[in-house]
Amino acid sequence: MSSPANVPEAPIEFKRNVREALADGQLRRNFRGAMDFLMAKRAAQFPDEDERERLRTFGNQVRARALSRLPELLERLETSLTRNGVKVHWAETVEEANAIVHSIVQAHEAKHVIKGKSMVSEEMEMNHFLGDHGVDCLESDMGEFIVQLREEKPSHIIMPAIHLNAGQVASLFHDKLDVDYTEDVDRLIQIGRETLRRKFFEADIGVSGVNFAIAETGTLLLVENEGNGRMSTTVPPVHIAVTGIEKVVENLRDVVPLLSLLTRSATGQPITTYVNMISGPRKADELDGPREVHLVLLDNGRSQAFADGELRQTLNCIRCGACMNHCPVYTRIGGHAYGTVYPGPIGKIATPHMLGLEKTRDLPSASSLCGACGEVCPVRIPIPALLRRLREEAVRAPDDVPHHLRGQGAKYSAKERMIWKAWSKMNTSPALYRLVGYAGTRLRGLMPSNIGPWTEHHAPPRLAARTLHELAREHLGDE
Amino acid sequence: MTAKERILAKLRASLDGSTPVADDYDEALLTTPWAYAADKRVDRLREVLEAVHGETRLTTAADWPALVVEALSERGIDELLISPATAHGQQLAAYLALSGETLKLKAYDRPVEEWKETLFFHTPASLTGTLGGIAATGSLIVWPTAQEPRLMSLVPPLHIALLKVSEVFDNLHEAMHRQRWVNGLPTNALLISGPSKTADIQQTLAYGAHGPKELLVLILQNA
Repeated sequence: MSSPANVPEAPIEFKRNVREALADGQLRRNFRGAMDFLMAKRAAQFPDEDERERLRTFGNQVRARALSRLPELLERLETSLTRNGVKVHWAETVEEANAIVHSIVQAHEAKHVIKGKSMVSEEMEMNHFLGDHGVDCLESDMGEFIVQLREEKPSHIIMPAIHLNAGQVASLFHDKLDVDYTEDVDRLIQIGRETLRRKFFEADIGVSGVNFAIAETGTLLLVENEGNGRMSTTVPPVHIAVTGIEKVVENLRDVVPLLSLLTRSATGQPITTYVNMISGPRKADELDGPREVHLVLLDNGRSQAFADGELRQTLNCIRCGACMNHCPVYTRIGGHAYGTVYPGPIGKIATPHMLGLEKTRDLPSASSLCGACGEVCPVRIPIPALLRRLREEAVRAPDDVPHHLRGQGAKYSAKERMIWKAWSKMNTSPALYRLVGYAGTRLRGLMPSNIGPWTEHHAPPRLAARTLHELAREHLGDE
Repeated sequence: MTAKERILAKLRASLDGSTPVADDYDEALLTTPWAYAADKRVDRLREVLEAVHGETRLTTAADWPALVVEALSERGIDELLISPATAHGQQLAAYLALSGETLKLKAYDRPVEEWKETLFFHTPASLTGTLGGIAATGSLIVWPTAQEPRLMSLVPPLHIALLKVSEVFDNLHEAMHRQRWVNGLPTNALLISGPSKTADIQQTLAYGAHGPKELLVLILQNA
């Protein structure tokens, strides 16, 4: 993921991906249906607008408070967890995080790892990494299991297989699991259950993410509906949780508003089937639960976002996915086109800190700035404002004040900058403005009929025969 | 420097000179919209839980064992995982002895490693107590113990839970506060709101993903 700082990284081929996605009618139908479904579910959970808006403000305040004391809370979290018997590890990069996981795997001579849903493990490309080291890493969330069987990545952070319909899953199970073709969803889920049950049972290590890490009590809180998260964190003898350093909250009671915002915004549920609070490994007299629990705290660019007061708000995110569900761009192109672990609006503001603006240069511009993402964000991240800010950073001149963003200025062009300077000069000098206006109207016949991307889809613009000043003077002439 | 020291140094440098955000905890916002009259509280819990396919039955502290037997026989199940060390485990055993019912009780009395195969593949149902319920979200508060371990409420396809009316709270904030969770959480604490489910295939809801396919809550009205 990281590369020497002086070698420019090839950008994600976003535009090519977009063209492909837009041409895929099945994909677009699948996303349109899914997003309409999720938007309606969320709306039904917030019938009282006043309550919703006040709760969003509350959620923002809880997250902002945690971030305003982040180093202290991380240390407090480590102290509490250590007291509870959980081993805490710190990693600046995904390479370090993978090395930590690998060392635990080696210490236990583990061969089979079962995973609950974890987006941070996707950041780490843990499945791939452990696979290269001869360790079999199996996803147990139904959606993740499906995309893993298809050798794909999740296309949504909450519903990983949202780009597929039942028929596509039916074919996949028929091909890969050697079962009769059926589009009956209940039956498909039972096939998944039976396949994975034995795997939970056999796994040497369970891996999970974390929704909230509570500093006060040393508790890792996980939400889920399927029970695979509980299985992964309870059945194998070792549990490794991986999470970003921003996931910490100060007090146990802080999770009350966040939990309500998370499940209502994400899937439109008052609460998920399971809220799983883990505060330590199996005690001597207990009969189940892992004998070892590890937490890996990963930075991976988060401290870069943290360094800037405005961009820090990116770290408020509680990963509900509401921004992508309401995004007109995401709905049309789907999750894979972004080419990043986190798609949609939150991905566009979070990923540049993880991969650098060189690689993600097209992402901040992939927005109509319609504002829907900011309006639904349960913790009030001003996503449109942060997109504009990243656009600015992407074209920042090399001699400008450095803002310490990796890949800053990746889209800077001296020619473009010169054109804008000339534009600004013309519009602030009356004499020059009149001159250009006069010349433009009189020479309008010389206007090229092919002007780049504009004329690919539009008629070429035509200047008027006379300037607005002239027309106005004529119209108002006698008054 | 270690990774920890480097991360913390960066974060501290970024916060240099800033003031921590004050704690304006808005308790009323978490309680007022989710408050219920005493005679409506259990109704609310049942309504929300049943909306996600949880099954509830009103009964009493004396009568629930008969309902357990009935629920199992309706489903053709002839054995039940219980904890003989709990009061309710003993009450059920005593009822069975007295009534001559043939239900076989299985105890979770040894570490999971010693009977994993049986637990995973040959244990159709379990019975556990709860620490209480939450009306707003239709949730059960379950704190596994050495007597009633974590997997009892997860692995068997049918989970039967006992809930005392006196322990049903309005909302999570109230439950957490009144039960003083902050003074000592167990190694694993759970909120359970219905049977296991997923909508991962084409947003079609299916029950019994990885955990119980059915959750039956027996609500003890005089307890």
